[in-house]
Amino acid sequence: MEALGNLLMGFQIALSPYNLFIATVGIVLGTIIGVLPGLGGANGVAILLPITFVMPPTSAIILLSCIYWGALFGGAITSILFNIPGEPWSVATTFDGHPMAKQGRGGEALTAAFTSSFFGAAFAIILVTFFAPLIAEFSLKFGPPEFLGIQMLTFSAFVGLGGGSVPKTLASIFIGFIMAAVGLDIISGQLRLTFGTMELMRGFNFVVAVIGLFGIGEILLTVEEGLELKGIQVKVSWRTVVGTLRELCKYWRTFIRGAIIGTWMGIKPGGATPASFMSYGLAKKLSKNPEKFGNGAIEGVIAPETAAHAAGVSALLPMITLGIPGSPTAAVMLGGLMIWGLQPGPMLFKENPEFVWGLIASMYTGNVIGVLIVLLFVPFFAAILRLPFAILFPSIVYVCAIGAFAVNNSTTDIWYMMLFGIVGYVFKKLDYPIAPMVLALVLGDMAESALRQSLIMSQGSPAIFFASPISAALVTASALLVVWPFISPHLHRKRAV
Amino acid sequence: MRKADIACGLALLLLGGLVLWESLKLKIGWGLNGPEGGFFPFWLAVGLVICSGAIVLKAFFLGSSYTDRPFVRKGGWVPVVKVAVPAFGMVALTEAIGLYPAAAIYLAVYMRWIGRHRWVTILLVSILLPVASYFLFDKWFLIPMPKGYWTVISGLY
Amino acid sequence: MSRTNFCLSVLVMALVAVLSPAASVQAWEPTKPVEFIIPAGTGGGADVMARFISPLISKHNLSPQPFIAINKSGGAGAEGFTYVKGKKGEAHLIIITLSNLFTTPLATGVPFNWRDLTPVGRLALDEFVLWVNSETPYKTAKEYIDAVKKSPGTFKMAGTGTAQEDQIITVQLEQALGLKFIYVPFKGGGDVAVNLVGKHVDSTVNNPNEAVGHWKAGRVRPLGIFDTERLDLPDWKSIPTIKEALGQDIHYLMLRGIFAAPGIPKDVQDWYVNLLKKVTETPEWKKFTDDGGLKRAFLTGADYVKWLEPTENLHKDLMTKGGLIKK
Repeated sequence: MEALGNLLMGFQIALSPYNLFIATVGIVLGTIIGVLPGLGGANGVAILLPITFVMPPTSAIILLSCIYWGALFGGAITSILFNIPGEPWSVATTFDGHPMAKQGRGGEALTAAFTSSFFGAAFAIILVTFFAPLIAEFSLKFGPPEFLGIQMLTFSAFVGLGGGSVPKTLASIFIGFIMAAVGLDIISGQLRLTFGTMELMRGFNFVVAVIGLFGIGEILLTVEEGLELKGIQVKVSWRTVVGTLRELCKYWRTFIRGAIIGTWMGIKPGGATPASFMSYGLAKKLSKNPEKFGNGAIEGVIAPETAAHAAGVSALLPMITLGIPGSPTAAVMLGGLMIWGLQPGPMLFKENPEFVWGLIASMYTGNVIGVLIVLLFVPFFAAILRLPFAILFPSIVYVCAIGAFAVNNSTTDIWYMMLFGIVGYVFKKLDYPIAPMVLALVLGDMAESALRQSLIMSQGSPAIFFASPISAALVTASALLVVWPFISPHLHRKRAV
Repeated sequence: MRKADIACGLALLLLGGLVLWESLKLKIGWGLNGPEGGFFPFWLAVGLVICSGAIVLKAFFLGSSYTDRPFVRKGGWVPVVKVAVPAFGMVALTEAIGLYPAAAIYLAVYMRWIGRHRWVTILLVSILLPVASYFLFDKWFLIPMPKGYWTVISGLY
Repeated sequence: MSRTNFCLSVLVMALVAVLSPAASVQAWEPTKPVEFIIPAGTGGGADVMARFISPLISKHNLSPQPFIAINKSGGAGAEGFTYVKGKKGEAHLIIITLSNLFTTPLATGVPFNWRDLTPVGRLALDEFVLWVNSETPYKTAKEYIDAVKKSPGTFKMAGTGTAQEDQIITVQLEQALGLKFIYVPFKGGGDVAVNLVGKHVDSTVNNPNEAVGHWKAGRVRPLGIFDTERLDLPDWKSIPTIKEALGQDIHYLMLRGIFAAPGIPKDVQDWYVNLLKKVTETPEWKKFTDDGGLKRAFLTGADYVKWLEPTENLHKDLMTKGGLIKK
């Protein structure tokens, strides 16, 4: 029970009035940063790093990590209200969150999202508190072949060829993977598919693509449907919040599944986004009425948000224990540690226990403060939709433009965002599914690298994917998920007999 | 609907072709150490060409399966164009005079043209929003937004 | 510079001259925030250094205007370098460089060169160390190299990227000692280090600060440092040079330097040089470099240029030998 004692010490630090104040400031700032698309947690933390110079390191990391929690909470807000994912891992939240908002259930969706985030975080934090070294040790077992296994599992959990036109689904997956391949190929060190232009050298940024495909595309669709003139009638009161909280208890399975997926996936770099997709995919596949998904199912909000926030927490774990960043934000924090004169890595627990345990304790305080603040503001957030469309729409476009620019400081990205907006509109009209394309864009790069690294390591032999039990299990599981739709009807029939 | 499907399919076919052509500049084989740099781009492009080809052919020959639903309902184009054109205009203006002035003009034009809001509201929103974001991004977060190449204007702030 | 712009700047300069009598004597100073380009992604060595220096400048009031760190990492840094190259005469712009200043144009064929930029100063040199997992039996570089020699083409060397510094060093090792590694490229130094700790690869040539945490925790073991002399810092001093360990002098140091846009006036360049000098004199900088195992090697002016030329040729030479240049 050494961990408990340490945690108590951590709480003594995190609960000091100064640190509580710092945490609140961080949460509020982070929520703003998370709301603005393109301005992710990584930017936010990098921008505020200089301020932390004058603070004690523990307060500094509390500020930065609270900005991170705030950004995780905030990402859901624009996803639900405007179909614009504020953060990459909120893409899956748009699938059901935005339809809910359109039906006037925005307050409900926001409450569900925030509660899920909090649950996911709490679950992961408790695991981190008591099992940090064990989890870190487990994550070390993941080399390139295991990593590829995770990517495959995510993809097969999310993408099904069930509904819609097969060539169109495949085409959109191919486009996603092609976009992921643009730019520098780290394995061969060559530039690919750049057509000799500077603009394509950087490749397509995921955030820019989703702001356009989802956000701008949705605006175009909405005005065409003529919805804009009515505006959305939203009933918002704190009673909605309380009522939703009570209803959420029914979905404990989705919560726990999402939290486990998130905690597990977050340990590896770039895990939060795939985790949210995987959690959404599994929730849909395992649901009794999967047809509700995409039309405002509350589970479709719970699943990705729980996973994303749990992954966000466990992404900090390898940073603390191994000195490797599990997310871009963690990467910037890692730089912060060095600036404050701390050496990230396995020795941190021994050399600076007050820092580590102060941080862990602040994960508890920060998330409690965070969920209280955002839940308190649900009615205000939801009321934004009452604004007249002629003010709301151009403001959204403007904020999206800022976001697209901020990702890479390039005006070209604002053009891309607009073009993706047109593509999103046309694809939606012609029934090309966009989500698989987006997932392919996220995973393409990482999956290809992992595949090629594995094959280089094995000198070309695919046996490497079955050499370790973990990767063998992952590859097999993803294959099973692909054939699941073909098997499951037969299983049901047997049960019926 | 059918025409739009064919047009989009042809556009994707063209895209696939371009990617195919570009990926041929790389090594597309499966070397001793697994796939080379161009392997995936090449086969993805092949896949895209096949899929978009199938979409076009299907739309062409099985046209009867389409309902009469038009790509955009009658008159639906107007609001879409009204949203898209000013937005593109703002991006173009951003290149010239920077994001903040461009946004102010865009917001004002849109609110007046589409929303017919009162001038007071228009001035308030179209000036306050860019000014507030200027302080938020350029001043506090130290993320300089684009200032445009016409520096006579952008030099002022 | 457009004509209107020129007129305006003349006007502004005249105004400044009239309004502040000291201005005419005083040297150049930034009048708006300075863009500090990082031709690499967030979290890497160059990024951390730039994000360390910018607030340090504000903290010590070394500049009247803030420095704003901006990542332009596309195409192995080509994006950042091309951006600065295209901003001829822009005084409020600097870029931090790593070895990709030399390697990226050679490996990708994107045309740029350090001569396209204005050299300001060399801040530090980053070391490279040969690491193995501490659970392996290899206590010295010699033991490890002998094992590699015995079964060529089975030992895996992990490194950052392809045709970049880590692979250059690997190729140097292979050619000098007649070895054959399987070189596995990863995205960043942190990734590389963790794959060594997890025993997915056999060795790495990580920078000191990428592996120091794992070393202190007893997970990895340094076998030799790729330098002509030992690193003069506590702990690090115990690591023998590759020459001591293997009898072959294989050394490689990575540039951590600053460049400005091409065609800037001399007084602007001088201001930046002076600024860097002050930065390197701060106690924070000393601690930062010591903690990260960096070699403080401040160099500027003609000496810096004199160092750049042979270094560029060295990269060309090493990459040609290793077959890493884009045809």
